Amino acid sequence: MALIDIFNNLANPTRFLALTNRVLPWLTALTVIVLVYGLYRVAYAPDDYQQGATVKIMFLHVPAAWLAMMGWGLMAVAAFGTLVWRHPLADVAARAAAPIGAAFTFICLVTGSLWGRPMWGTYWVWDARLTSVLVLFLLYLGMLALYWTAEDPNRSARAAAILALVGAINIPIIKFSVDWWNTLHQPASVIRMGGSAIDPSILVPLLIMALAFTLLFLLLLLLNMRNEILRRRVRSMRMMQAASI
Amino acid sequence: MNALLALLLRDMRLATRVGGGALMGALFYFVVVSMIPFAIGPDLNLLARIGPAVLWIGALLASLLALDRLFASDHDDGSLDLLTMSTLPLELTVAAKAIAHWLTTALPLIVITPVLGLMLNVDMSAMGFVALSLVAGTPALTFIGLIGAALSVTLRRGGLLMAILVLPLTVPVLIFGVAAANAAIVGPAPFGPPFTILCALSLASFVLGPFAAAAALRQGQE
Amino acid sequence: MTSDSTRLVCENLACERGGRLVFSGINFAVKAGEALILTGRNGAGKSTLLRVVAGLLRASAGRIKLTGGIDEMGTAEQAHYQGHLDAIKPSLTVAENLQFWARFLGAPADASIEPALEAVDLAALADLPAAYLSAGQKRRLSIARLLAVKRPLWLLDEPTSALDTQSQGRLAAFMRQHLAGGGLILAATHGPIGLDAPRELKMGAAG
Repeated sequence: MALIDIFNNLANPTRFLALTNRVLPWLTALTVIVLVYGLYRVAYAPDDYQQGATVKIMFLHVPAAWLAMMGWGLMAVAAFGTLVWRHPLADVAARAAAPIGAAFTFICLVTGSLWGRPMWGTYWVWDARLTSVLVLFLLYLGMLALYWTAEDPNRSARAAAILALVGAINIPIIKFSVDWWNTLHQPASVIRMGGSAIDPSILVPLLIMALAFTLLFLLLLLLNMRNEILRRRVRSMRMMQAASI
Repeated sequence: MNALLALLLRDMRLATRVGGGALMGALFYFVVVSMIPFAIGPDLNLLARIGPAVLWIGALLASLLALDRLFASDHDDGSLDLLTMSTLPLELTVAAKAIAHWLTTALPLIVITPVLGLMLNVDMSAMGFVALSLVAGTPALTFIGLIGAALSVTLRRGGLLMAILVLPLTVPVLIFGVAAANAAIVGPAPFGPPFTILCALSLASFVLGPFAAAAALRQGQE
Repeated sequence: MTSDSTRLVCENLACERGGRLVFSGINFAVKAGEALILTGRNGAGKSTLLRVVAGLLRASAGRIKLTGGIDEMGTAEQAHYQGHLDAIKPSLTVAENLQFWARFLGAPADASIEPALEAVDLAALADLPAAYLSAGQKRRLSIARLLAVKRPLWLLDEPTSALDTQSQGRLAAFMRQHLAGGGLILAATHGPIGLDAPRELKMGAAG
């Protein structure tokens, strides 16, 4: 019951703004501390015996990939909120998450191709994992385009929610088919990234970086949600202004 | 001149505002070109060989499909009537709209071309030439597509019909665009001749396109 | 720009659309300071006649001449056409919309659109995207165009539609002002538009 109360309280935009006012300074400080500490640990992590210092790109690449997925997951959950419960904040959250998720996906793609350069000898190989991320990026771009073309946020909310859910259902299918497509064309030539047994000297910094990235995602999400709420207020104030004359 | 500049700025503004079409062309281009390896497989050597052709096909479809609403939106809200009642010749008005469209749609598309070239394993040093061939050739696509955009107002049908009408007209541009890009990458033919022809095609369509489009619009006013 | 000798003459006009003769044998003349109201049932060709005079449709017979204006300019270039559509882009602001049409239709580069916006009572909304405007406000913005650029001939198709009584009164004042300055008005309407005893052309009568 208490959880539902908290949820309901959060769903009110005014309370949400007040709450984030209190949370944001702490969250910012925490994010900076964890990020700095994570980067420090990354700097002192040992080089890979095969890949040398380039392995350190992994500490950005893997957390970014995580958040790329999490971003869409969050949008799918918010889509439920929009379609089923019609939460006023659900669409705000989905809309705020889209560009951030797209940005993390982009970081994942860029770091992946930089990482691949010394190994593959070229910036881009249609490797199954990177290609799946690329398709996810295309989905994100579609979502951004949808938000971009719709003038009325209320109308675009449901369309975006449906797209988010369809995307969420499709992502595993896409992942599977890309894997299949890839192995069909390139048997066994794909270099596995990471590996099964990860040494703690690498795993610990990786987990810290993942935490730092998650905090960064949350921080950006909250900031963007505030902007979105304010943007909608500006919109309704403008409508009132137009109606007053 | 004042009026033309005002129209150019208005169309560019509209394209970059909410609901505008700027970047949509580039997005479409990005998606289409990324889809092609799924159809032909991730063989980098093969991709490198057909890369310029893929980029050109993508650019062709993106520039034509983005043109769909160029006049139709002005027709639907009554702006087109007023645009024809200016002291400016309709041909110039139409050309100004096309230039604004090229700047907001084709230019972003050319800017992201190197990234796509990377994914298609096109050599970085050759990428400049591919981009150059697009800079020289896409104006021709825009100005030929302009005729289709005007006809779609006359016929009250857009989308696919326009593509069917206009695509055959763009064959020369495609031939010389890909020829120029390929010359730069694999040789042995020099880059110069096809590139020069490409420029000539753009200049010719810059003259022909607005006249034909203006004529189509005049016919279409009912 | 307008002189007292401006005169619009239409002789023996006919228009055919889709194989159907909409009207034929229309003759009229309007001189400076005069308004001509087109009346008649739906489908009598009032809108068509306005579009023909505006050069948006071709007449199948007859001729249209605006004399005493600027010689090298055609009728269309010296006319304002106010149709059923407002020609307003929702994503541009109110001021940007008007500014564009003022520049494009040939207002001097240094002319301000401020007075025209004031006149239609939209100055307070100048920086608002036009998407927020109501139908009546859009129509007023569209009317502001007639004030921002001086052209001798006004072609108005149902100009009072979507306007409340106050705005209708304002429009009537603009029209009287325009006529007093030597302008010409050709308007299609069903109801009164607030001009004292305008001349009337009844369309749709056989022949």
